Amino acid sequence: MIWFIILAGGLLTFGIRLIPILLLGRLEIPSRFSLALSFVPTAVLTAIIVPELLAPGGSLDLSPGNERLIAGLIAIVIAWRTKNVLLTLAAGMAALWGLQLF
Amino acid sequence: MISLPRTEFLAGIRSELPILPGVIPFGLIFGVLAASVGIPPPAAQAFSLIIFGGSAQFIAAQMVGAGTPALLIVLTIFVVNLRHALYSASLAPHFKPLSGVWKLVLAWLLTDEAYAMGYQRYTRPDGSPHKHLYFLGAGLALWATWQLSTAVGILLGAQVPASWGLDFALPLTFIAIVAPNLKGRPSLAAALVAGALAVLLLGLPYKLGLLIAALGGILIGLLFSKTES
Repeated sequence: MIWFIILAGGLLTFGIRLIPILLLGRLEIPSRFSLALSFVPTAVLTAIIVPELLAPGGSLDLSPGNERLIAGLIAIVIAWRTKNVLLTLAAGMAALWGLQLF
Repeated sequence: MISLPRTEFLAGIRSELPILPGVIPFGLIFGVLAASVGIPPPAAQAFSLIIFGGSAQFIAAQMVGAGTPALLIVLTIFVVNLRHALYSASLAPHFKPLSGVWKLVLAWLLTDEAYAMGYQRYTRPDGSPHKHLYFLGAGLALWATWQLSTAVGILLGAQVPASWGLDFALPLTFIAIVAPNLKGRPSLAAALVAGALAVLLLGLPYKLGLLIAALGGILIGLLFSKTES
């Protein structure tokens, strides 16, 4: 039974990842659809990031005690200004650890 | 200038290095979780090998532990991973010239983290024909790390390590990618709506909140694009 779950789940997952690549590679993509797709990274990554910052424990925490929120805000500013991934990472982790220690 | 296949491949691996320390604890925890609910080691490793999706694996393992019917678990895995269709769709134009084998391999490796770094490479306007090697490097780096950490987690059994907040590297890297791209009202609107919806819909199961938030962000981005042109 567990193997049914693994194989069926794996097949479906692979299908999810593969079918758009196969289908859309063959068909002509209308420009509006292409425009919509251009928003995928921004929309999806933001949808992943924001809960991590605003609700790291699973529920909303907008207090100054939420270190991830503050570290995240710092990281956003750094990322905006420097456009540098490593710098953003370093600043964000430093901020997080610094806030967690004090 | 990045042009050689090998250079692209190594650059892809390097792009994931900051994220790997945050991924390892999750792989470990999955291995431990799977073992704790009685999933045999080969099956537990197979979850990581065949499904290769952290959040789906976690939820599935918990459902196995709860004795949920198999079909329901499979359906849940499907819904949780649905957002990968968005990734796949947005990559399709870039993958068009690749052979069928390449498409299969890269699709297999298509997870959140691989997408984030891999897609980024495609948006850089240099005309390199080897960008898929970058994607391969990124995807393989993650895949190998995930398999290894799962295996170690299965072996470790009861000891769950602290992540020391290393998992924060993941959202940080995503921030580094998204923030510079927030130019103009459509992108900003898309991000704001996606973020707001994601928080509002946190209570929804199976990552449905994430999916709806992403779709909402895309929709708003489209709307704002139309009003500007």
